[in-house]
Amino acid sequence: MLDKTLVTRIFGPKGWLGLALFAAITLVLVPILNLVVPEDSAFHLSTYWVTLIGKIMCYAIVALAMDLVWGYTGILSLGHGIFFALGGYAMGMYLMRAIGREGNYQSDLPDFMVFLNWKELPWYWVGTDSFLYCMALVVLVPGILALIFGYFAFRSRIKGVYFSIITQALTFAAMLLFFRNETGFGGNNGFTDFKRILGFPIAAPETRVALFAITALFLIGFLLLGRFIVTSKLGRVLNAIRDAESRVMFSGYNPLPYKLFIWVLSAVICGIAGALFVPQVGIINPSEMSPANSIEIAIWTAVGGRATLVGPLIGAGLIAGVKSWFTVAFPEYWLYFLGLIFILVTLYLPRGVVGLINKERA
Amino acid sequence: MAMTRAARPLPALFADVLLCLALCLGMLGTAHAAIPKELILQLATGDSDEKIAAMGQIASSGDPAALPLLQAMADGRLQVLEEKQQVLLYNDAGEVTDAVTGAKLDPVPEGAEDITVNNRLRSALDGAMAALQLTAADTAVRLDAARNIKSSATPEMLPLIEKALQSEKDAAIRRLLLTTQASLQLSSDNVSTRLAAVKALAASGDSETKQLLLALLEKEGDTFKEPEAAVRAEAQKSIDDIDARLQMGEYAGMAFTGISLGSILLLAALGLAITYGLMGVINMAHGELIMIGAYATYLTQNLVRAYAPGLFEIYPLLAVPVSFMVAALVGVAMERLVIRHLYGRPLETLLATWGISLMLIQLVRSLFGAQNVPLENPAWLSGGVQVMSNLILPYNRIAIIVFAGLVVAGMALILTRTRLGLFVRAVTQNRNMASCVGVATPRVDTVAFGLGSGIAGLAGCALSQVGNVGPDLGQSYIIDSFMVVVLGGVGQLIGTVYAALGLGIINKLFEAQAGAVLAKIAVLVIIIVFIQKRPQGLFAVRGRFVEQ
Repeated sequence: MLDKTLVTRIFGPKGWLGLALFAAITLVLVPILNLVVPEDSAFHLSTYWVTLIGKIMCYAIVALAMDLVWGYTGILSLGHGIFFALGGYAMGMYLMRAIGREGNYQSDLPDFMVFLNWKELPWYWVGTDSFLYCMALVVLVPGILALIFGYFAFRSRIKGVYFSIITQALTFAAMLLFFRNETGFGGNNGFTDFKRILGFPIAAPETRVALFAITALFLIGFLLLGRFIVTSKLGRVLNAIRDAESRVMFSGYNPLPYKLFIWVLSAVICGIAGALFVPQVGIINPSEMSPANSIEIAIWTAVGGRATLVGPLIGAGLIAGVKSWFTVAFPEYWLYFLGLIFILVTLYLPRGVVGLINKERA
Repeated sequence: MAMTRAARPLPALFADVLLCLALCLGMLGTAHAAIPKELILQLATGDSDEKIAAMGQIASSGDPAALPLLQAMADGRLQVLEEKQQVLLYNDAGEVTDAVTGAKLDPVPEGAEDITVNNRLRSALDGAMAALQLTAADTAVRLDAARNIKSSATPEMLPLIEKALQSEKDAAIRRLLLTTQASLQLSSDNVSTRLAAVKALAASGDSETKQLLLALLEKEGDTFKEPEAAVRAEAQKSIDDIDARLQMGEYAGMAFTGISLGSILLLAALGLAITYGLMGVINMAHGELIMIGAYATYLTQNLVRAYAPGLFEIYPLLAVPVSFMVAALVGVAMERLVIRHLYGRPLETLLATWGISLMLIQLVRSLFGAQNVPLENPAWLSGGVQVMSNLILPYNRIAIIVFAGLVVAGMALILTRTRLGLFVRAVTQNRNMASCVGVATPRVDTVAFGLGSGIAGLAGCALSQVGNVGPDLGQSYIIDSFMVVVLGGVGQLIGTVYAALGLGIINKLFEAQAGAVLAKIAVLVIIIVFIQKRPQGLFAVRGRFVEQ
């Protein structure tokens, strides 16, 4: 389905060069511009920009995860926001506990629990003061949810739009659940007012840059992982499932474990992206699970170009970047613009920006 | 009512007429002397308890002058001149008469003070006046009075109620009066009267009566409020009876709200059943078409109010074709401009229509503001019919159930009995073959999509009568409607009907047990589990299919 030139370019020497350049910028140049260059210098990169780019990199990781299931396997999930938010909530639980007694009520419990007049932590909060345990949750909660949901969905061969609609309902139901105060995750305010992470003050520029660099490392790592998967034999089977699932079955493959693997992996990557997102942005609330957010993930991938791995990263960067500018400059036109992007990209740019660049070159 | 009235024996009718005449005369203010002076003075000058006692006695006298007197007191048209022991009654025209003698006072004596009516007195007044109105000729007035007296009756009114019961023929009023009578008799000194009263109360079905009976079983110190064990046992039985009736009302109410929600889901999903179920187009902007239908209704309301206020009562009926046309036109434009180019690519259609939905939401926000717009029910759609004491069926909900039924019937007719329906079904079953035999498939697509969109508009028109109308209206229905279509199975209208009603009832059942959010989640789980068993939905098209 894809033209060879594109694939070879991304996975060839030029691809490696680009990756090295990206690593150099995010891991060396940005920290220097932010921390070393004095603030009055023209080359200084403010912490606002570091946070913004860090946030967009988290989105890029999500778009990459989406590309693995949608672009390569043909499963369009409209509920990826739930995995992202669950990872974020798991990280948020640790950050809430790390506030300690410095909250408004000087209690051992998070403020919102004091507000609800709860006397002790609910059972699912036990152990969340441990960073490692929470990091395990970041991986396990989205992973296990995806495993259970995916098993039942794929087993009964729910696919195509059916699957999309059901994932959308899933994230919608979860959003309603998390909006409730009784659920124990802070209701519609979610978690915020974090103070420190692993003992480091969370708003300090050094911490921000460190989080930024870690996000960049994860992004590079997942890109390499994705590249390894799509070029492996496994990746070929996934492609085959996307293009003709019935024929794959007739050839003696059972698509279930393949789909389940890539689906769970994608969910876990989303969870990690959420966990990286929360300490940088400083808030997590149920609106991250809204169906609109999840469908926006799909458009990042579509704008960049499906089944290209780097395309979704570009798409996420473009859309999220434009959004953060648009919603400040002309907030009332943002939805027109976003809606138009949805329509134009599906009508005229089925291969996304990367496909467009490729066509120009060819 | 006319039937019961016609069946009444003539003498009773005469008694009624006479009573009515007497009342009318009383209102003219000719027969004041019949109420003892002491009572009127007690009413005007006593402390609250004395005043209430006086009201009871005045009311139970059944004197024609009683009602105007009490009404005057309730309206603040009564004044008292303590040193002269005179009570002044102002009539509507501002003329003053002596309440005791009925004589006209001119000039008006000075120094008279208003009689303050506090809340306690006011409710006692309402009760007393209601007791007097129990014998009014108009059934509606009597029903109102019976309702009022139920909540504010005092033992003094017992004779009045008994008197009213003797002549009362209307079943609903009788029931109310009997309950009131029985609850008053609960405090009687006579054991057998109390026993009879407790038994009579078993026939009632409301929670207030239950509270009355429960109070009998309470202990004050060591003794029960009700000393007689036999009466207590009977009270317990009556409470069980009432509980059973309340329970029944609750179940019936649940079934009704379930069907009502189901019919709303059905209206919202019917359009999808055409565009998705029959044509295979995933229209994520379906919810926004519903929203547009609701706004079209809102505009119709405003236009009617501005240019033809006389037609306001029937504006929802005028809005039906308007909302259909507006939504259908938007749908046709969508199909022509965007969806047409994406046939056969369902996931892309999904994204593109989502984009359309975002733009439509923003468009409505820009035009009408982000706030909900106010829609008013006409009189015939507000209120409801009371079936049981704890079960009121709102008219607008009933109207929606009927409307949903009509729309389903209309759609079934179009699909099975018209040429267009034939073409739509042909294109659904085999697009290429239909094209080969000369069906203009692109035109059929457009018309069918317009039809589905128009039905979404109808859903919006109906929803505007029961819920808020705002730019986000559609978003809350889109997921539910897709669930209905997925559950009902593709390509079958009857599946959509069953799925919508089933989901509505299940949703309400869970909601009563576990709250709205958990109910939504439970329904989702049920759908996923259900699809495990029947991947094609409730009613699958039979046949051997394999994709690609």
